[in-house]
Amino acid sequence: MSGFAQNTFNGLVSGAFYALLALGLAVIFGMLRVVNFAHGAFYMLGAFGAYVLLSEAGVPFWAALVIMPVGLGLLGMALERAVIHRLTKLDPLYNFLLTFGLTLILQDLVKLRYGVQSSPYETPSLLSGSVNFGLFDFPTYRVFILGFAVLLCVAVWWVLTRTRIGMVVRASTERPDLTRAFGIDVGRWVTPVFGFGIGLAGLAGVLAAPMRAVNPLMGADLIIVVFAVVVIGGLGSIFGSVAAGFGIGLVQAWGEAYLSNFPLVSQTIVFVVMAGVLLWRPAGLFGREEAPA
Amino acid sequence: MRRTMGVAAASAVVVLVAGCGGGGPQSSGDQKLTGDKIVLGVLNDQSGAYSELSGKNSVAAVEMAIADFTAKYGDKAVTTDITVETADHQNKPDVANSKAQEMYDRKGVDLILDVPTSSAALKVADVAKEKKKLYFNIGAATTDLTGKSCNKYTFHYAYDTYMLANGTGKTTTEQIGKNWYILYPNYAFGQDMEKSFSTAITAAGGTVVGKDGAPFPNTSGDFSTFLLKAPNLNPKPDVLGTMQAGAELVNVVKQYNEFKLRDKGVGLAVGLMFLTDIHSLTPAALAGTTYTDAWYWNFDAKNREFADRFQQKVGTRPTFAHAANYSAALQYLEAVQAAGTDDADAVVKGLEGKTVEDVFLRNGKIRAEDHRVVHDAYLAQVKPQAEVAEPWDYVKVLKTIPAAEAFRAPSADCKL
Repeated sequence: MSGFAQNTFNGLVSGAFYALLALGLAVIFGMLRVVNFAHGAFYMLGAFGAYVLLSEAGVPFWAALVIMPVGLGLLGMALERAVIHRLTKLDPLYNFLLTFGLTLILQDLVKLRYGVQSSPYETPSLLSGSVNFGLFDFPTYRVFILGFAVLLCVAVWWVLTRTRIGMVVRASTERPDLTRAFGIDVGRWVTPVFGFGIGLAGLAGVLAAPMRAVNPLMGADLIIVVFAVVVIGGLGSIFGSVAAGFGIGLVQAWGEAYLSNFPLVSQTIVFVVMAGVLLWRPAGLFGREEAPA
Repeated sequence: MRRTMGVAAASAVVVLVAGCGGGGPQSSGDQKLTGDKIVLGVLNDQSGAYSELSGKNSVAAVEMAIADFTAKYGDKAVTTDITVETADHQNKPDVANSKAQEMYDRKGVDLILDVPTSSAALKVADVAKEKKKLYFNIGAATTDLTGKSCNKYTFHYAYDTYMLANGTGKTTTEQIGKNWYILYPNYAFGQDMEKSFSTAITAAGGTVVGKDGAPFPNTSGDFSTFLLKAPNLNPKPDVLGTMQAGAELVNVVKQYNEFKLRDKGVGLAVGLMFLTDIHSLTPAALAGTTYTDAWYWNFDAKNREFADRFQQKVGTRPTFAHAANYSAALQYLEAVQAAGTDDADAVVKGLEGKTVEDVFLRNGKIRAEDHRVVHDAYLAQVKPQAEVAEPWDYVKVLKTIPAAEAFRAPSADCKL
């Protein structure tokens, strides 16, 4: 029983990363109709930035947790203004090429300076112990990540459903044309929303640094699963991406724990789930078919 | 005057070799050296996962070997015109294949060195065999290079999966703990390592109480399912043996520490690890971990002297792969010097059965039967942070594994 509880807990921790990344992708896609292939690279920059801040300027984890998301959010906004917004009217192939190219450039810049070897990053001492849950012990850091991610998702949900900004963002995410017809300047919100999505990816990166290998390719490995998560949740659905993020984390953890005799199954389980969901609901679990133009 | 005599001697050698029927198309001509020079080719990973542990710094090590050889023989050297060609094989077998052909055919390379990644290494062995040109593999681990894929022109220089398993698996079982839980990446390298380790552990009187193939690549970066399972197995394992490499090894070790498995009585043994891995994980994260090293830079004064020169040139301490590339280049040049020609068959003849001592090869011997280069190996343990007195001096050598025990006996699968 305690084994099951531990695996579930771990699944939720992995899921927290998927949820944070998928949430950013979902708001960006909703608002800009841009599938941001560079999302994984920003996650990597978040982790690498935390490492550079610590090793070269002595900036601790807690400060990096604020500096990196804000800094990357601003960088994201600058990129949106400089290049991304030029794509919105073009064939989606162009946005694939641009964001994919951006990923390669960002990865190679980091490689050029820091090499491909993983860089060290230690768990902040405040979180290095473990918490006893009666049945089992669990690393404090993982408890922190889970709590932090859940809080963040709740906060984003609150902003989106209870504030005017949220209303505008939701409306323009789901039906940009109709929102515009109500006289709301959707374009004004595009840049900050893109920056926010990138900031979330950076935040997930900082959170990952103490428990995962910090290297230039860390985002590229993860992003494939995150795309599956977004598709399962329903492209553009904010609630769907968070729910699917945690769900896929759980499915992967259980798959590894209870199907370990079938390594291929636990390896492909995410994509099997994705295929199943798409057969059943082509727009994803919480997605809606695009309204006819 | 010396030059005319050299040419005369060379012609004599060529005539003799040709006369003995040993001359192929490559030894026709009137020079003792093809193109009047020696070209060494370093074919390895220059930007990917293995570029840090070998990569460009292996090229620097080969350049050191050339400088040392030239300094030793001066104008008695068979030639002073020795150059290095390099190429990036990106760890891809098809790229390795075409780059190797290009090196031998168009760049005039006499010897290809390094070639990490087993699948790529085996392709290059095929090319060497076909072109009848020399190939010293350093970076790859597969025992097939001296087993069913062995050939006359291929030598396996630094290490292999048998050496790693025999060293870490056997010695750790005897000295640290009998019960093992093995975690391996589920693809060719990991499966091969798991088999070699299981065999070595059982032979040493230990038991593999559990083993799991983790998904590869592990896209979630999470190994917690396996790490949580380890202390709850019955009987409880004394040692977690991880066969992961690169970033996956980093993830396993970070999470091993996170779940405090060492405090729960499960020690850590690593299948394959390089000095650069310890550097990137920090010795604190790995303290107490045992592994098998083919060479360690601070083992004795001789190694240290080499490491000092290496550091002056490139800025870091050498991994065993760097030292082995140096040694391989040097021993090849010595063999050409002794044979007086770069004719591959003549050089192979000179190398077979030769005993060698240098900074890398201790009690070294180049086996004639399968072209395995055997030498002393070392069981090493990562020091606790408090004992790390200078950068890069991260391990202490627990035990020297004598050359005769470190490597397997020649395989019956190998027909040269």
